[in-house]
Amino acid sequence: MRRHFTRTLRGALAALLLAGAASAAANTALLEFDNPEQESLYQGLVRELRCTVCQNQNLLDSNSSLAQDLREKVYDQVRNGATREAVIDFMVSRYGDFVLYRPPLKAETMLLWFGPLLFLLCGGAVLAYVLRQQKNRALEPIAAPEPPAAQTDPKPNRKKRRRGK
Amino acid sequence: MLPEIGQFALALALALALVQGVVPLAGAARHHVAWMSSARYAAFAQFLMVAIAYGCLTAAFINNDFSVQYVAGNSNTLLPLYYRITAVWGGHEGSLLLWVLMLAGWGVAVATFSRNLPLDMAARVLGVLGLVSVGFLSFMIFTSNPFVRLFPAPVEGYDLNPMLQDPGMIYHPPLLYMGYVGFSVAFAFAIAALLSGRLDAAWARWSRPWTTIAWVSLTCGIGLGSWWAYYELGWGGWWFWDPVENASFMPWLTGTALIHSLAVTEKRGTFRNWTVMLAIITFGLTLLGAFLVRSGVITSVHAFATDPERGVFILAFFAVTIGLSLALYAWRAPQVGLGGRFAAWSRETMLLLNNILLVIAAAVVLLGTIYPLAMDALGAGKISVGPPYFDSVFAPLMLPLAALIAIGPLVRWKQDQPVRTWQRTRLAVIAAAAAGAVWPLFYANWSPLVSLGLFVALWIVLAIGLELQERTRFAPTALASLKPAYLGMHVAHLGLALLMIGVAMVKGYEVEKDVRLSPGETVEVAGYAFTFRGTIPQRGPNYMADRGTVEVARGGTPVTTLYPEKRTYASKRGMPMTKASLDRGVLRDLYASLGDPLDKGAWVIRIYYKPYISWLWAGCILMALGGLLAASDRRYRVAVPGKQAAGAMALGRT
Amino acid sequence: MVMRLAISGVVFALLVGLFWVGLGLNPRELPSPLVGRPAPAFQIPDLFDPERQVSQADLRNRVTLLNVWASWCTSCRAEHRHLLALRRQGVRIVGLNYKDDRAAAFGYLESGGNPYEIVGFDQSGNAGIEWGVYGTPETFVIDRQGVVRYKHVGPLNEVVIRDELLPLITELERS
Repeated sequence: MRRHFTRTLRGALAALLLAGAASAAANTALLEFDNPEQESLYQGLVRELRCTVCQNQNLLDSNSSLAQDLREKVYDQVRNGATREAVIDFMVSRYGDFVLYRPPLKAETMLLWFGPLLFLLCGGAVLAYVLRQQKNRALEPIAAPEPPAAQTDPKPNRKKRRRGK
Repeated sequence: MLPEIGQFALALALALALVQGVVPLAGAARHHVAWMSSARYAAFAQFLMVAIAYGCLTAAFINNDFSVQYVAGNSNTLLPLYYRITAVWGGHEGSLLLWVLMLAGWGVAVATFSRNLPLDMAARVLGVLGLVSVGFLSFMIFTSNPFVRLFPAPVEGYDLNPMLQDPGMIYHPPLLYMGYVGFSVAFAFAIAALLSGRLDAAWARWSRPWTTIAWVSLTCGIGLGSWWAYYELGWGGWWFWDPVENASFMPWLTGTALIHSLAVTEKRGTFRNWTVMLAIITFGLTLLGAFLVRSGVITSVHAFATDPERGVFILAFFAVTIGLSLALYAWRAPQVGLGGRFAAWSRETMLLLNNILLVIAAAVVLLGTIYPLAMDALGAGKISVGPPYFDSVFAPLMLPLAALIAIGPLVRWKQDQPVRTWQRTRLAVIAAAAAGAVWPLFYANWSPLVSLGLFVALWIVLAIGLELQERTRFAPTALASLKPAYLGMHVAHLGLALLMIGVAMVKGYEVEKDVRLSPGETVEVAGYAFTFRGTIPQRGPNYMADRGTVEVARGGTPVTTLYPEKRTYASKRGMPMTKASLDRGVLRDLYASLGDPLDKGAWVIRIYYKPYISWLWAGCILMALGGLLAASDRRYRVAVPGKQAAGAMALGRT
Repeated sequence: MVMRLAISGVVFALLVGLFWVGLGLNPRELPSPLVGRPAPAFQIPDLFDPERQVSQADLRNRVTLLNVWASWCTSCRAEHRHLLALRRQGVRIVGLNYKDDRAAAFGYLESGGNPYEIVGFDQSGNAGIEWGVYGTPETFVIDRQGVVRYKHVGPLNEVVIRDELLPLITELERS
């Protein structure tokens, strides 16, 4: 039986990192699927869902009996044609948002998802500020060549990067 | 008897660290030569005491002294000797002792190799290191004493976690801690500079080799941890964005920014405030990492089993240290000048952008790591932030960063023209774009993201190649005459490019398969045929195992045989453990691990095909090598006698 | 620049404050999304009478505690006497025997006492999944209308019973 499933980087980026510190082994015995999309959906879900009893592992890596039960549930639902949203909805309505490794986009998580963009804008602002500061220095009347360590501007200059941002 | 000696030695070490911390700093403030000179002796003495304490703990492990609670919790009579020695750092208290030992060791290194530093600078650096040691030693003595006794002593220990009974345990924690502690030295240099008011190119030159070595250690520590997880855990994964992993990655990101900022400060005298700030932030992040791992605020398989009370201590330590540093910065930084000017298109700008991106990356990782905690603290519910989040926000930052690495070294200091840079790099860009578009076609479906990743990585490689070709025509004598710092830069950048190629290919094209195989059955994965030949029982020094045999062939010709194992350890921690079997190759790894046994000798077996994963590890090694090359540059080590006095005088002004 | 320093100072203080608060939190504890919603639908055989079915309908009309337990669960033994005490006080407790063995469950109740009015036998664990069970023991409080009002994860103790459970039960019984 030849089944050779491949993933695009997009799918891989979504779910594929598998390092977990559980011992023991392969947690999905050969499972039958109707088509590659179903298999891909199952494999993706089982990596995106968190095992609630474990110390930070997804359903695939964990060996706990709850993880096994939940994997079976996901498998059953996927086999019966459930969509990704349906399975996620099932899990979230019983266990809460905690069970998702991809945090949902809601009011409370806006800062999380848009934070990086915010940081980029701040970074751009810092860059613009520094470059403008340097340009202003170029416009000053040329006096004696400045030694690198001396102060040239009248106001105290501090290029400061905000902690953590 | 020995544990009590160890405890006493720790107390003495604390006293000596206090002396090392206070006396030289006071001496530097008052220009008291004797007090300043005491720093070296205090550092040596402190190291001696900590080493004695460490030796006592190690002896307790070697002798199976289970009357020491920590030994009873982390060792076992069946444990082989070399693992008994590494088990010393297998738990919270012992790993802390290792950290303190490394801190004291670095102090001795600074004391020994600081001959070409002005006395007051050396005194201040050692003084700050002493204060940091005071913090960690107090933490140990008051909350995490490794020498606590256990009465009645159990006959047998609880054992070292079987997953830690692996060579990786020998290298990973020590290198990681070398890195963390090394950034304490960079921090000490920064604080010394702020205290003395001397924040200039000379200071940057002293600081650089120490910081670079710290960075190299942390790179090796993280890389080794990732490699170890990959071959040990049986899942084929190498990075999970676990909070503890992130705790080590954040200081690495800002540490990278720091070494680049130091380069600019040394060469051009600019970015001084950035550099100091980065040193403080990087050190702060190492403390934060220690806090996250040891306080219980986050859930992680890597976290030590500790409690919130210890967390309070580390948090206080973090708050006081960084708070005071920021206050000092606020007080002193305004007096530091701007240094050399630079135009909008210049090497300085490239490096500034590079550092901004790295700091943003660290901020993003921090955001994702603490967001669940923040939401919980605000009563907004409990969420999880895992690989799906980090992968989607991190990759877009890395691509522009890679582009900067490709063109940065080509841009002149102070002022350059974009057109000129384009002329120097357009060949590399075009070739890389073409290769990046074509390369994935040899694998399964073409992916734009993989192609993009390959493009920027190849751009770096080609840019380096072209640059070296221009300078040396790759003649051996010319290559050998290149300055180590210059060559080191290219080697490290090349390493990063290889790592990026590895990541892109592995994540794009890896194949994983779980199969139920009876002895004699074959399954085909990625063009290789895997035939299971059953298992045989085996015995190890402290475990029983089922050893499987998997023959691998390609197109009919045998390629290799894999021997995955399922081990059960004899101690109380008797959980079954998987030992994966790997066939490593330059272009791919083949990987097999045993799952659960089924009936009639059949087993569930997991098989992986991992293309280019070796490039990840090669990349890490090259980065470390590049760093070592850069740190070994002679200008850091040569102290011309007359210059020292002249230098000291010249540094009188800010 | 003063502004910038003030911002970093604020960020730093916020971070420290966050971790300080975080030290008092338990990252392993999950709030239940079931609280405030009608009890989830489930149907499992009675532990003592396999012909009879236990379902969410059995949780209505009286304020009820649903206690998830198992004979293999060591923490459950710690809370058992509290359950018996609650029963003596007149609190109605329905048991959900989670992923257990019938004989072992009988033995547990025989030797320790039976605080439950009815016990459902959830061998597969599916009913548990409907209730979002992730670790035994767990205790839910359901009101007369069959709406879940409260969930406690872990063994019950005097403090929780005195400060949370009993006041809630009293309040629900009054309404």
